[in-house]
Amino acid sequence: MTTDANLDSPRTAVSNPPVQPMQANLGPGDVVRASAMPDLPPPTRELTPVAKLIDVSKCIGCKACQSACAEWNDTSPEIEHNVGLYENPHDLTPDMFTLMRFSEYENPQTGDFEWLIRKDGCMHCADPGCLKACPAPGAIVQYSNGIVDFIHENCIGCGYCVTGCPFNIPRVSKTDHKSYKCTLCSDRVAVGQGPACAKACPTQAIVFGTKEDMLAHAEARVEDLKSRGYDNAGIYDPEGVGGTHVFYVLHHADQPSLYSNLPEEPRISPVVQGWKGVTKTLGLAAIGAAAVGSVLHGLLARANKVSAEDEVHAEKLVEGSESPTTPEKGVV
Amino acid sequence: MSRRVFSARGDHIESRRPVTVSRYRGITRLNHWVTAASLIVLLVSGLALFHPSLYFLTGLFGGGQVTRWLHPFVGVLLFFSFLLLFLQMWRLNLPRPEDRTWVSQIGDVVRGEEEKLPELGKYNAGQKFVFWAMSVLIVVLIVSGVMIWQEYFPDLVTIPVRRWAVLVHALAAIAIILTFILHVYAAIWTRGTLRAMTRGTVTGGWAWRHHRKWLRELAGRGESGPAK
Repeated sequence: MTTDANLDSPRTAVSNPPVQPMQANLGPGDVVRASAMPDLPPPTRELTPVAKLIDVSKCIGCKACQSACAEWNDTSPEIEHNVGLYENPHDLTPDMFTLMRFSEYENPQTGDFEWLIRKDGCMHCADPGCLKACPAPGAIVQYSNGIVDFIHENCIGCGYCVTGCPFNIPRVSKTDHKSYKCTLCSDRVAVGQGPACAKACPTQAIVFGTKEDMLAHAEARVEDLKSRGYDNAGIYDPEGVGGTHVFYVLHHADQPSLYSNLPEEPRISPVVQGWKGVTKTLGLAAIGAAAVGSVLHGLLARANKVSAEDEVHAEKLVEGSESPTTPEKGVV
Repeated sequence: MSRRVFSARGDHIESRRPVTVSRYRGITRLNHWVTAASLIVLLVSGLALFHPSLYFLTGLFGGGQVTRWLHPFVGVLLFFSFLLLFLQMWRLNLPRPEDRTWVSQIGDVVRGEEEKLPELGKYNAGQKFVFWAMSVLIVVLIVSGVMIWQEYFPDLVTIPVRRWAVLVHALAAIAIILTFILHVYAAIWTRGTLRAMTRGTVTGGWAWRHHRKWLRELAGRGESGPAK
């Protein structure tokens, strides 16, 4: 099967890309939200929401996704030392947008040893904390298909996205002082190809398509897992951030933190909401009111002026005809 | 030479007819203006990153990347510059009994009816408020600022702490801007004040009107400044 060039977004990552010429989408007309641009014009069309589903139960930890990611994005993650962990590199970096995280879990119910492997990376939240926190106009955009993307020429490297993200994903480069994370291969999706990681995954643990299709597929997977004894299997598509466009099937969906501290109830921190909400609005209003008020008072009210009499008193005091000691009435 | 209670070292009667009084030495004035310039740069660059409607101000510094880089360094400069001012001024800014009366009669202050107020030393309670507000806020700003200094201290604090730091930094910045407006406004509204920080001197009448205890102490010391 070949992806249909007439579709607004690819329906799968496994097929070959369309061979007919096609218009690249994900242009300015597809942006629904942009950082520090509250008056953004509405998008000119609505794309079909897409999603990447990561089925943790199918993952074999081969890291083909990591290799494909570095390959497609042309990044060269630094070569590190083996410290006895399978994780490599040690964390997400400005050059490694996705990372297999390995955790060892002894299931108290079954006594089984379980190796829980989770592909970490940007979740592409419907309500992105990075975008909310970012002060640079247009440095972070959200397209109508759900992809949240960093536009590097607008990035100023302040790290506010790190502060805003509920999943600890963005990494600021020490080299060019710009922030990096998974793009959901927006540059591939724009021309009818699925993300590189999904394309490379040998077990189809990573699949890509419309959010609707992926949810249906995830539900089928959960059903299957339940029939195999994973009673708590479920979908991780957290409501607190409005749902995500990268989401998981977990065998222990009741305990997401087992998977290398996947947040239980992620949401944009109320501290960040307060900072970017009421503080920003009221703070600027208070400063504006104080500035305008003092200018008006300065123009309209009588200034505090020194009188000629004051000068005479001062001269007398300095000449010594007025006592330099404080008269008693002055002391309170 | 008697102990100074209401005046700082270097304060003296500069001329007798008309009376002019030296209030700030050259080095103190330089120190003040370095601090003031830093605060203005911080205010403009900080506001640019605080509200989208003011982001255009980054253009004054050569763009967002430069603004992001410059702001924390100027913050460090401000901290040390203000520290020097603090060391020169803290003693005369300690609260005194007459400050309470001054505050309780703030209406007379605003109406300019200073004859109803107690005599004051070098600083009134309003000036002392500005001094201590600046001191506390600058400490809060430098500490919270280092916590969110991505370039050099990306991992100094955890992300939840960093969220608090950025909120506290914004709130303290708003407070210091309001204090700054109060400071500038009071210096302009009270005519004859600005020259204390430009030429370094004030008129005798100004000192008599606003800081009489300070003037009395200087007159009592019989100093008429350096050789005429």
